[in-house]
Amino acid sequence: MSTGAMAGAGAEAGGELGETVRELREAYGGGRTRSLAWRQAQLRGLLRLLKEKEAEAFQALHKDLGKHHAEAYRDEVGVLIKSANGALQQLGKWMAPDRVWVPLIAWPATAQVVPEPVGVVLIFSCWNFPLGLSLEPLIGAIAAGNAVALKPSELSPCTARFLADNIGNYMDASAVKVVNGGPEVGEQLMEHRWDKVLFTGSPRIARSVMAAAARHLTPVALELGGKCPCIFDAAAASARDLQVSANRIIAGKWSPCAGQACIAIDYVLVEERFAPVLIKVLKSTLKRFFQDADHMARIVNQRHFERLSSLLKDRAVAPSILHGGSMDAKNLYIEPTILLNPPLDSAIMTEEIFGPLLPIITVKKIEDSIAFVKAMPKPLAIYAFTRDAALRRRVVEETSSGSVTFNDAVVQYAIDGLPFGGVGQSGFGQYHGRHSFEMFSHKKAVMKRGYLLELTLRYPPWDESKVTLMRYLYRFNYFAFVLAFLGLRR
Amino acid sequence: MEAVAVAAEARELLRASFASGRTRPAAWRAAQLRGLLRMAAEMEAEICAALRADLAKPHTESYVHEISLVTSSCKFALKNLKKWMQPKKVPAGVLTFPSTARVTPEPLGIVLVVSAWNYPFLLAVDPVIGAIAAGNAVVLKPSEIAPATSSLLADLLPRYVDSSCIKVVEGGIAETTALLEQKWDKIFYTGNSKVGRIVMSFAAKHLTPVVLELGGKCPVVVDSNVDLHVAAKRIAAGKWGCNSGQACISPDYVITTKSFAPKLLDSLKKVLDEFYGKDPLRSEDLSRIVNSNHFNRLKALMDEEMVSDKIVFGGQSDEQQLKIAPTLFLDAPLDSAIMKEEIFGPLLPIITVDKIHESFALINSMTKPLAAYLFSKDSKLKRQFERNVSAGGVIFNDTGIHLTNQNLPFGGVGESGMGAYHGTFSFDAFTHRKAVLDRSFLGEAKARYPPYTRGKLKILKGVLKGNPLAMVQAALGCTGWA
Repeated sequence: MSTGAMAGAGAEAGGELGETVRELREAYGGGRTRSLAWRQAQLRGLLRLLKEKEAEAFQALHKDLGKHHAEAYRDEVGVLIKSANGALQQLGKWMAPDRVWVPLIAWPATAQVVPEPVGVVLIFSCWNFPLGLSLEPLIGAIAAGNAVALKPSELSPCTARFLADNIGNYMDASAVKVVNGGPEVGEQLMEHRWDKVLFTGSPRIARSVMAAAARHLTPVALELGGKCPCIFDAAAASARDLQVSANRIIAGKWSPCAGQACIAIDYVLVEERFAPVLIKVLKSTLKRFFQDADHMARIVNQRHFERLSSLLKDRAVAPSILHGGSMDAKNLYIEPTILLNPPLDSAIMTEEIFGPLLPIITVKKIEDSIAFVKAMPKPLAIYAFTRDAALRRRVVEETSSGSVTFNDAVVQYAIDGLPFGGVGQSGFGQYHGRHSFEMFSHKKAVMKRGYLLELTLRYPPWDESKVTLMRYLYRFNYFAFVLAFLGLRR
Repeated sequence: MEAVAVAAEARELLRASFASGRTRPAAWRAAQLRGLLRMAAEMEAEICAALRADLAKPHTESYVHEISLVTSSCKFALKNLKKWMQPKKVPAGVLTFPSTARVTPEPLGIVLVVSAWNYPFLLAVDPVIGAIAAGNAVVLKPSEIAPATSSLLADLLPRYVDSSCIKVVEGGIAETTALLEQKWDKIFYTGNSKVGRIVMSFAAKHLTPVVLELGGKCPVVVDSNVDLHVAAKRIAAGKWGCNSGQACISPDYVITTKSFAPKLLDSLKKVLDEFYGKDPLRSEDLSRIVNSNHFNRLKALMDEEMVSDKIVFGGQSDEQQLKIAPTLFLDAPLDSAIMKEEIFGPLLPIITVDKIHESFALINSMTKPLAAYLFSKDSKLKRQFERNVSAGGVIFNDTGIHLTNQNLPFGGVGESGMGAYHGTFSFDAFTHRKAVLDRSFLGEAKARYPPYTRGKLKILKGVLKGNPLAMVQAALGCTGWA
């Protein structure tokens, strides 16, 4: 709850926010966001922003998270450029109505599904990929022709500032607005009615966002997280397979924001007998990849640092630390850490880790991983490294998750053709590529009829003969219908 | 507490059944759909009798608007089931070369369908068809305001479908609340927006996605450039021919020009006479109002002081029978209750404007409806209407028929709801589209990994921009120059 001084600022923000929402509604109501030209201009503006302000963007990400600019490019800037270009290319196709088949009894008639913008949308971003998780949804919202309010996370303040300072200069400032502030600003924003809200973050806050949205019947999409497991099947793995797998596991755990990613590998499942060889190759590869602490991001803030360090300091867990474990509180840096079989009821195995700690859990047979994974809430992603087609089939058919990726991790994020989103506890609603456009669109059914051919049997007064005729029609039994109509059949 | 126990038990039964994998095979799904088909065919007389008891629904409406739609929905699902269940390949693109990508549909799990009273058979069974086709286990909560149909469904479903996976739970507010408090993988609700909000707040506690099929004031704009007699018949059929106006897509009110209004009124009166005769309260073809609550609500709308003198046709009512005659109003004030609330009854206000284009602003000043109708032969007007009026669905020169087209999504926007169903959209509503990416161990792009160097970054930039040379370099595992 705010103190007196904060309450004052809050009240002002309330008035300002109301003004922001009003401006967005007016911009949308005026109609200009609907045109193809406007949408293209915004996307081009975004591309220019990413190009011209790349250095500033890298700086902001480095200040907020200690992200190396290569990581920032690989995971955020580069992906955004690809998405914006893709949207520009496909926009005409996405906007085109879809003709659908109409049954003969409705003739003459045409039917279409016409996509239209929902109106004014709100995007809540997250602190771990503060640029990507703000702008990827923005691309979709704009491509769909909406006016947008973007609320970056206050936990990545430099990027939030970067967005506030630049978006208005490269895009239509009265139809695309950045609203910065803490959780109270988020609450105030949710007091207004939006035509759609996308929230990326934790389940706890997601519940209150959805509850607030319910008051206005605002549809929501929730991108949450979960414990993304990595099933590692070493049987039939050559030495090269092993090395490639280790590279990709590290790329899926420590490389994206030091494990602070919703689709980062949370824990690994491996057969007992293969654990040693996996751990050996992980350790050696980690040494090679992260010679310089600079090449891994830091923990975002004190609170998360303490959360992670208490996961490790848990007396039942500490003995299972096999590698790493050192922590630098001043620089908010935690070394890549590997644990072997921490207790399954410890916090590190019941909560989403969201950090550079990798528990390795051993099973007797690799197939046992499936039951293990099924017993947990549905995660955003499931990973499995295996050459066994039968195991792959079982993973797809018997588990449920936002996505499944074989023999790699995290890369599914960059594929436009694949919908990105969760299921169950990991959320609902999907975006990326065309799905982003659809997330922020309403598919309007449009049917056009003519005046020719009046089927009077539709109308009262009713009698059994009309019903009989309708029975034939509804079964598309046109022949019988015509006969009956002509009185040649009862 | 009884209600809570029933709800928990139902959910537990379904959870175990779903976990056993019973509902996944196409054969099981098809068997349930065929069961529903048989039910609709064999029990037609009983279903019509229940609808007559609940709503005095004429036999023809029961057949055409409820039973035949359930039948065609089942058939459409049976025909398309295998296709729907197939994974769809998607281009993986070059970033992860070599790899294959697909989207594979899977059931959400256990779902709750809460139905409405006005089409108590259709609106209960149609969503269940979608849930089953998608491979889920379902709890159906029919509306207690249509008690005969509710108990018929409770009796029939176990006889025709697998009752370990498809359960009917009857009851009122307490039972519905108890169900809503449980955790479902999806909730599908048909009803009004007030309860829609309540359903969504319950869903928020468990982060459950919802489909809300709500209502709104569906406007009909009538231009002077029309085939008037046909237009009047189609408006009447969509209004009074649909459960006496108690349908979410019924024309709620009409907008036309001052100059055309007299002709339209005349035509409507003639049509109403053709349909229901001189004494409509005695016509067997007119449904009654569902209960005395709604009867009184509608009477209050009619009797409001600034409205009662705007009645230009009809106005008769019979409290005993719970019937209200088709009633037309001319220019009821826009701030009257009849123009602010969804009518859901046989009262039709006609609002006049000077120029037909003014109708757009009027419609847009209200919340987005489930359907918007325009009768006109003018293509420009039609184009403008389609572009400027947002609604779940838009129909030109007819009313209500879009819901019979299985290829069109049926659902609202804004206050009229979220999500859609019918045809493929029903299957989609209860499905999770799982993304599956299959990568090879080949194609190791060392450029992705730390330690990061300028050379690697250059290659990455090239790859993300689609530069073919960079992609080759990446695929070959080059790291560029440091």
